[in-house]
Amino acid sequence: MCLAIPAEVIKLLPDDMAIVSIDGVSKEVSVALIEEIAVGDYVILHVGHALARIDPEEARETLDLLRQMGAATAEV
Amino acid sequence: MKYADEFRDKELATGLARAIRAKADPGRAYRFMEFCGGHTHAIARYGLEDMLPDNVRMIHGPGCPVCVLPAGRIDMAIALAERPEVILCVYGDLMRVPGSRGSSLMKAKARGADIRMVYSTLDAIALAEQNSGREVVFFAIGFETTTPPTAVMIRAAEKKQLSNFTVFCNHVLTPPAMRAILDSDTPIEIDGFVGPAHVSTVIGTEPYAPFARNDGKPVVIAGFEPLDMMQAILMLIEQVNDGRHEVENQYRRAVTGSGNRRAIQEVAEIFELRDQFEWRGLGSIPASALKLRPAFAHLDAELRFAMSERVVADNPACECPAILRGLKKPVDCKLFGTACTPETPIGSCMVSSEGACAAHWTYGRFRDHQRRLAS
Ligand code: SF4
Repeated sequence: MCLAIPAEVIKLLPDDMAIVSIDGVSKEVSVALIEEIAVGDYVILHVGHALARIDPEEARETLDLLRQMGAATAEV
Repeated sequence: MKYADEFRDKELATGLARAIRAKADPGRAYRFMEFCGGHTHAIARYGLEDMLPDNVRMIHGPGCPVCVLPAGRIDMAIALAERPEVILCVYGDLMRVPGSRGSSLMKAKARGADIRMVYSTLDAIALAEQNSGREVVFFAIGFETTTPPTAVMIRAAEKKQLSNFTVFCNHVLTPPAMRAILDSDTPIEIDGFVGPAHVSTVIGTEPYAPFARNDGKPVVIAGFEPLDMMQAILMLIEQVNDGRHEVENQYRRAVTGSGNRRAIQEVAEIFELRDQFEWRGLGSIPASALKLRPAFAHLDAELRFAMSERVVADNPACECPAILRGLKKPVDCKLFGTACTPETPIGSCMVSSEGACAAHWTYGRFRDHQRRLAS
C-alpha cells in the first residue's frame, strides 16, 4: 500500500504533470508535490504522484558507507 | 532499476550481515519493531531474518494502512457502493479486506455494486468527469505517504468544480499509532524502531523525536531495499550498545529532517484531526486520523451521504490485534494457513502483501519448513 519506487523524469507536461520512466516503461504522473522539478531528476513515485526527489550525492555516499561497513569486518 | 538494484547487492548484504554479527553483543537481546508494512515485506522477501544473529529479532508493527482499517469502515464503504447512483473508487489492496460476516468490496462488486479499482487519485477525477450523472466517491486510505496525493486530487476537484465527486476519508497518522503501542496496557519489549521511509519523505524525521527523547527508544528511518534495512539494523544496534537514543536517518537519499514542505502544507490546508479513530487491532486512538476541513465539507462523502459510523468486532479467533502490537507471530494464529490464506483472508494481516501474515505466507513458511527438516 505504501510501496513506492524510483522513477526518472523524462518530460515535463503542463498542469504539474510529467512523463517518468521506470526501467524503460513510461508513465504519466503528477509532480505537483515537488518543487522545481527538472528532466533527469529521479523521484520516489507513489500512487501516481512524485513524493520526493532522490539526491544522487546522498545515494552515492550511502553506498560508499555500506561498502566500508562490510569491508571493515572482512579484515578482522 | 536505478536507486533500487544497487541497494540489493548480495555481496554488500553479506558484508553488512558480518558487521551486524560483529557488533551485536551476544550477552544481550535486541528487539526492533519495523513499523512499516513495506519493511515487513522486505524482511520476508529477502529472507533478512536468516542473515541476523539469533539475539537480533524483528517485530512486525502495525504499519500497513490496509491491515489497520477496521471492518466497520469497510462495511460503511460497502453500504455506500450499494447505492445505485454511486461509483466507488478504491486502491486494489482494499478489495479483499474483510468487513463484517465475511463481506468485502470484492463480493459487493460481484453482487453488482459499481466499484472501480484505481491506480492513482487522478484516475478517480477522470472517472468523475466522464460520469457526470453519477456520484463518484474516492475511498481514501493510507498513512502520511498517501495523504498528499489525496490532497492533490481534492485541489483538482475544486479547480474543475466537480459537483459529483466526494472523498470517504480514512487517512491515519503514524506517530499516534507508535504512541499507542508504547503506551498500551500490554506493553511489548522494544529496543528501537525502524522508522517509516516513505512516510518520512513527506513528514521528515522530526515527528519521531519524542520517541527517542522521551521514551528512550532509538529510531532509524530506513529505506525499503534490503541493504537499507540491514544498515538501519546495524545503526540501531550501535545506538543500543552506546546507550544512545536518537532519531537517525539511513534513507538520506530521499528523506530530510523537515520532509516535503509543499506536501505538508497542502495536507494541513485540506485536512484536520479527528478526535478519535478506530484502528483494527489497536482500538480507538485519539487524534490519530484526518478528516476534511469544513471549507471542503462539500467534498466529504461522510456528510453528503450521511454515512453513519459502524463499529464491528473482529473475528475472535484472528490474532491480528496481537500481531499488530508485536505480541504474536503469524504462526501463533491457529487459523494461519488453514481457514485463513491470501485467497480466503479472515483478518486484514492476510490481505495486503505488506501484512505480516501474508508476507509470512508468501515467503516465510517455506523457510519454516526447511528449518523443521534441518532440525
Ligand atoms: S492468519 Fe489470518 S486470522 Fe490469523 S492473525 Fe493472520 S490474518 Fe488474522
